[in-house]
Amino acid sequence: MTDRATDPVTGQGTAAGDGLAVYLYGVARGLDPAALDGVAGVGGAPVRTVPSGTLTALVSTVPLEEYGEAALRENLEDLAWLEATARAHHDVVDLAAHAAPTAPVRIATLYRDDARVAQVLAEQGEAFARALDRVAGRAEWGIKAYAHREALEPAEPPEPESAPAPGAGSAGAGTAYLRRRQDERRRRADAGRKVGEQAAAIHDRLAELAVAARHHPPQDPKLSGRAGVQILNAAYLLEEGDAAAFAEAARAAGERCPGIEVEVTGPWPPYSFIDTTDPAAEPEGAGR
Amino acid sequence: MTAVLDTGRDVPMERVALVDLLDRLLAGGVMIAGDLVISIAEVDLVRVSLRALVTSVRDELLRGDELLREEEP
Repeated sequence: MTDRATDPVTGQGTAAGDGLAVYLYGVARGLDPAALDGVAGVGGAPVRTVPSGTLTALVSTVPLEEYGEAALRENLEDLAWLEATARAHHDVVDLAAHAAPTAPVRIATLYRDDARVAQVLAEQGEAFARALDRVAGRAEWGIKAYAHREALEPAEPPEPESAPAPGAGSAGAGTAYLRRRQDERRRRADAGRKVGEQAAAIHDRLAELAVAARHHPPQDPKLSGRAGVQILNAAYLLEEGDAAAFAEAARAAGERCPGIEVEVTGPWPPYSFIDTTDPAAEPEGAGR
Repeated sequence: MTAVLDTGRDVPMERVALVDLLDRLLAGGVMIAGDLVISIAEVDLVRVSLRALVTSVRDELLRGDELLREEEP
């Protein structure tokens, strides 16, 4: 990573004409720029700030050969690249969020130069202010719940298996078999329904403790490396003082439900609660 | 297992699960148009890309979805 991107005196970035672009991580309010001293962003480049009034954009310089449109499309298909970029992005946002109210922006938001970033801050100042008002003094927590075999397997048939004696008649045996299959299917559906109800109950209880809640789609088991069926993946926006009570409620909810594991993550920067797009335009749902 | 259970103030970077991060970074945050790659901001390209990586486990996902769908009236 080249150093020519940033003027060490002004902290100003560069123009895209150099084959470089400016990566925007997020926008903070009232942030002391010293909080980001020595912090490296995506690709290891130093993070700097672009001020506009009380707002501060967190940016760093990236090469177009890696972040230009064609390269980006290719790189986003590369899970290792995506992971490195996502972690660097998070690292910067997380540091800022611990120091001041911070609105993260979507990954891979790029501008020609710092002047364009300052222009966007000025133009979108009110939208950022609204987003920051909503998250100031709050943090995001994640809840995931998994159903394990004991919660998913259908209950044992109520009556003992009294299979017809051999030779009792093929029609009777066939009917009994079909009935057993139907019972099995029904019990399996009941178990699935019960697990879904438990997930909804856990969510409802935790949402009561939160300022806002949002569902994420179920996670891919290959990426999560988790056994069990994920029955809940949601984010909760909490007042800073409410985190301990929330974690305790999550633990208690898990203990009440045999075969269901409840996992808490956080605190996170408020990624899930500063989306400024029209919520009606992006309905949440697991089945997409 | 990379999942984190952290009640402290700081989440150690190496322990944040990538899946949890991607949930948030790919679908969260302020969505504003950039100068260079408008389509990233307007289309959920990242999620589409990611989906391509994991088509092999699509059936597992669907199984989970069906389970949830059964609860709906």
